[in-house]
Amino acid sequence: MVRLTFPTREALQRAPFRWADVAVIIGTLGLLTLIALVGRTAFVPFEPPTVMPEPISLNVVNLPYYMGRSLLRMFIALLFSLLFTFTYGYLAAHSPRAERVLLPLLDILQSVPVLGFLSVTLSFFIALFRGSLLGLEAVAIFAIFTSQVWNMTFSFYHSLRSVPRELRECARVFRLSRWQYFTRVEVPYAMLGLMWNTMMSFGGGWFFVAASEAISVLNQEYQLPGIGSYVAKAIEEANVTAIVAAIVAMGLMIVTVDQLVWRPLIAWAQRFRNEQTEAKDTPNSWVLNLLRTSQLPKLIGAALEPLREFIDRLLSGTLRPKSLRMGKPPLMLPVWVDRLYDGILIAALIGGATVLLRFVLSEVPLGEILQVCGLGLITLVRVIVLTAISTLVWTPIGVAIGFNPRLSRLLQPVAQFLASFPANFLFPFVTMLLIASGVSLDVGSIVLMALGAQWYVLFNVIAGAQSIPSDLREMAANMRLRGWQLWKRLIIPGVFPAWVTGGITASGGAWNASIVAEIVSWGDVTLRATGLGAYITTATQNGDWPRIVLGVAMMSLFVVGLNRLFWRRLYALSEQRYAL
Amino acid sequence: MMTLFTTAPFTATPLDRPSRPKGAPIIIARDVCKEFELPDGNGTFTVLKDINLQIHEGEFVALLGRSGSGKSTLLRILAGLIPPTSGEVISSGQRVTGPNPDVAMVFQTFALLPWLTVLQNVELSLEALGVPPKERRERALKAIDMVGLDGFESAYPKELSGGMKQRVGFARAFVRQPKVLFMDEPFSALDVLTAENLRGEIAELWEQGDFPAKSVLLITHNIEEAVLLADRVIILGANPGRVRGEVVIDLSYAARERSNKHFKELVDGIYIAMTNPDRDVRDAMAGVPRRENPYPPLPHATAGGISGLLEVLNERPDLRDLPEISSTLQLPTDELLPIVDAAVLLGFAVVNEGDITLTDIGRVFSSADIQTSKEIFRRQVLERVPLIRQIYTTLTERPNGMIRAGVFLDMLEEHFPEEEAQQQFDIAVDWGRYTELFEYDQTDDRLRLSQP
Repeated sequence: MVRLTFPTREALQRAPFRWADVAVIIGTLGLLTLIALVGRTAFVPFEPPTVMPEPISLNVVNLPYYMGRSLLRMFIALLFSLLFTFTYGYLAAHSPRAERVLLPLLDILQSVPVLGFLSVTLSFFIALFRGSLLGLEAVAIFAIFTSQVWNMTFSFYHSLRSVPRELRECARVFRLSRWQYFTRVEVPYAMLGLMWNTMMSFGGGWFFVAASEAISVLNQEYQLPGIGSYVAKAIEEANVTAIVAAIVAMGLMIVTVDQLVWRPLIAWAQRFRNEQTEAKDTPNSWVLNLLRTSQLPKLIGAALEPLREFIDRLLSGTLRPKSLRMGKPPLMLPVWVDRLYDGILIAALIGGATVLLRFVLSEVPLGEILQVCGLGLITLVRVIVLTAISTLVWTPIGVAIGFNPRLSRLLQPVAQFLASFPANFLFPFVTMLLIASGVSLDVGSIVLMALGAQWYVLFNVIAGAQSIPSDLREMAANMRLRGWQLWKRLIIPGVFPAWVTGGITASGGAWNASIVAEIVSWGDVTLRATGLGAYITTATQNGDWPRIVLGVAMMSLFVVGLNRLFWRRLYALSEQRYAL
Repeated sequence: MMTLFTTAPFTATPLDRPSRPKGAPIIIARDVCKEFELPDGNGTFTVLKDINLQIHEGEFVALLGRSGSGKSTLLRILAGLIPPTSGEVISSGQRVTGPNPDVAMVFQTFALLPWLTVLQNVELSLEALGVPPKERRERALKAIDMVGLDGFESAYPKELSGGMKQRVGFARAFVRQPKVLFMDEPFSALDVLTAENLRGEIAELWEQGDFPAKSVLLITHNIEEAVLLADRVIILGANPGRVRGEVVIDLSYAARERSNKHFKELVDGIYIAMTNPDRDVRDAMAGVPRRENPYPPLPHATAGGISGLLEVLNERPDLRDLPEISSTLQLPTDELLPIVDAAVLLGFAVVNEGDITLTDIGRVFSSADIQTSKEIFRRQVLERVPLIRQIYTTLTERPNGMIRAGVFLDMLEEHFPEEEAQQQFDIAVDWGRYTELFEYDQTDDRLRLSQP
């Protein structure tokens, strides 16, 4: 029943240096060199409009370099996302007063279309890093950051709030310091969920890399060396070969990053599963196995142990465990302090809204607001149609895959791959098709938006079908439930919670995608659809700030409204009725 | 007719006696109440009402209650995990306002961190105290050894069975060497056999006297478990949770078996008390007879004296009248009578109207060679003297065949006055030596199995 977790000391002594160590050393050095090579060029001078970076070349030879640049951006954004997640999530989970502001704020922020931010942040960052290309880098990184960070933060916050009572009590009985509680209980408990969300966010981030590296504001094209700019350039020049090359490269990159980064991390994170029994199917990773065979990580770990111990003592000394104030709620302040706090919040809210409204109204006539609202409704219809069609198409397929263990082992990663593949790389093909067939983009944009969004429905339904307990399926077979009865009584309730999760993600993704999907071009031909996304894009291209703010705010309102009125209720229903 | 058996002095403790304070109180709960707000402002719900109790040094207390009696809430208030609505908890003279530093806890669901190894889990509870790494490791390894998990230090909890996980839970609490060990239904998540096993080991550890905590507070809904382990069982009533009464378990650990009559009576009595929430606990327990002395007193006779008398009787079949024997042997009656009582107790002789006759066994015994007669004596002793049987079985069950004599002296003192208890012990040792069942070493105060 019990296996040896670590090799015995004798085994370690017998093999002083192995090929695994060599591989790990070479791998590490190679990685550092690559980062240095690729990162070096981020500091080139940049003073628009006179000094501009080198134009993007469509030569395939340059692709690896562009990929490296994009990848580096992704990881820098990820680092910031993690830092943000830890601070914001911790504050929200531990201070009730902070929670009252941070949670709704997070809810709004995640509904704001990331691509709407681009133009807003552009001038700020260019001013901040005057004279260096870093400003543009910061814009792209910030866009990727905003696409990744919110659900990571939510996941972390949610994990911190749901640490099981027994673990919390255990930590308090044994009087762990807050630092020890954070490092030994909270972070490990949140690890698996955070890891999973980070991986998903990272996949979603590719879409924004592609959209944020080449931005046009005020009819001025800004381009950063990267795979996104490469695709943008290829679209501009209607170069099909280059697009195919970019797609292949992108696919290879996703697979490579998955193999080298996410698989090992997910496999490693299995130890943080909060289960008291050994799981049957544990993820495996050859990279992790390599690292585990090598003794270098262990040696480094052992060498750093005194440092860890020192930091632990230092921080434990300052962050004593919270004491219990008997008979009183924590931090008993008079009620009026809380009232005042709420009052200030409300005042700030009203003030902010007023400033925003006045700014918008300085340029935009009141009637246009109604008109933008109408545009929002049109895009809303697209989102609804898309979600409905994705559901109808992918639910049966997802269930079929999920019920078949062999198929799901095979196809689940494929669905995840498709979800993280930036759909905007595929836009040109659809665009060409639309141009050739003469179908309006008003309809065609639904297809474009679905290219990325639909996969979330698929792989969540697969996961949902897998989670239906086999004894329930056996019961259904035993009772000879078939056809619609089977769907009505077992399958739909069983996959419902997972479908809701997939639906929220898909519709959120579709709103974001509308900004790039409602205006597309191929070579000299540009197609336009009527919708809020097109409105925002046009405003961005014209550098029309009040209209950008209006469009982004309107879209946020729509997303928040849809979430509140529709998805939240479905979610609550699934929690109450259909939780397995 | 002579009275050969003196009835046992009745020293059983009355059940309504207040707890025997073995030492100073460590934890005191005074008028503890706990109320929870009902949702939507529908007033409050009282979970605990006016709880008063004390946990003294050196005692094993069980809090016994059905679900809804608030026993878990009470435990958490005593541990300083949640505040009482009114009343207070004093621990080591200090008012408890945060996690109680005198307490280490064993959880029902183990509460092990699945991402830490056995060793790391145990070490963590010392790390929180700021114990330096080397000492931490040594102490943790010792605690792991103590619960019988050596060899599993680097295993992860999920690789362990339920029983082993709870052993880690115990090790983690032991390593703190708390004043009071809190156990929150520690065996209820385990299967029956594993629970039984672990319970037995905890009882043994406690009984041996080198338990890593001064006192224990056990929460349970299992009556048998409470009677098996505790010195004192506090019975909680439900709605609202309150102390209904307490029962002192006046049984030595050796006698706590399901087959023991008094054990069964205690369990049944408590069961009646628990199933009749409106009845007074004392009243419910009144049906439980006071304990019979499981160890009928041994007559004050040495083994040599017994075999001497039997030899004389075998050689002189005409000698039957006890006063005659007394004068023939020049033995005062008050010295002769215990020897006769012993011979009768062991089944070597019968007494009828002041005349003594050898039984068949008695005749074989006194005419056999020394080895055979020792063997016969041994057989009779084991069959007819519960005290010696008890000592012998206990010793054979010990891995090293050894036990502190004090264990049995304490046990005897529960049934005999102190001086008599010592005499009973001395007689048992004398008979044990003669039959080569066990020996007593005065220098280290230990009983040992005789070496063949």
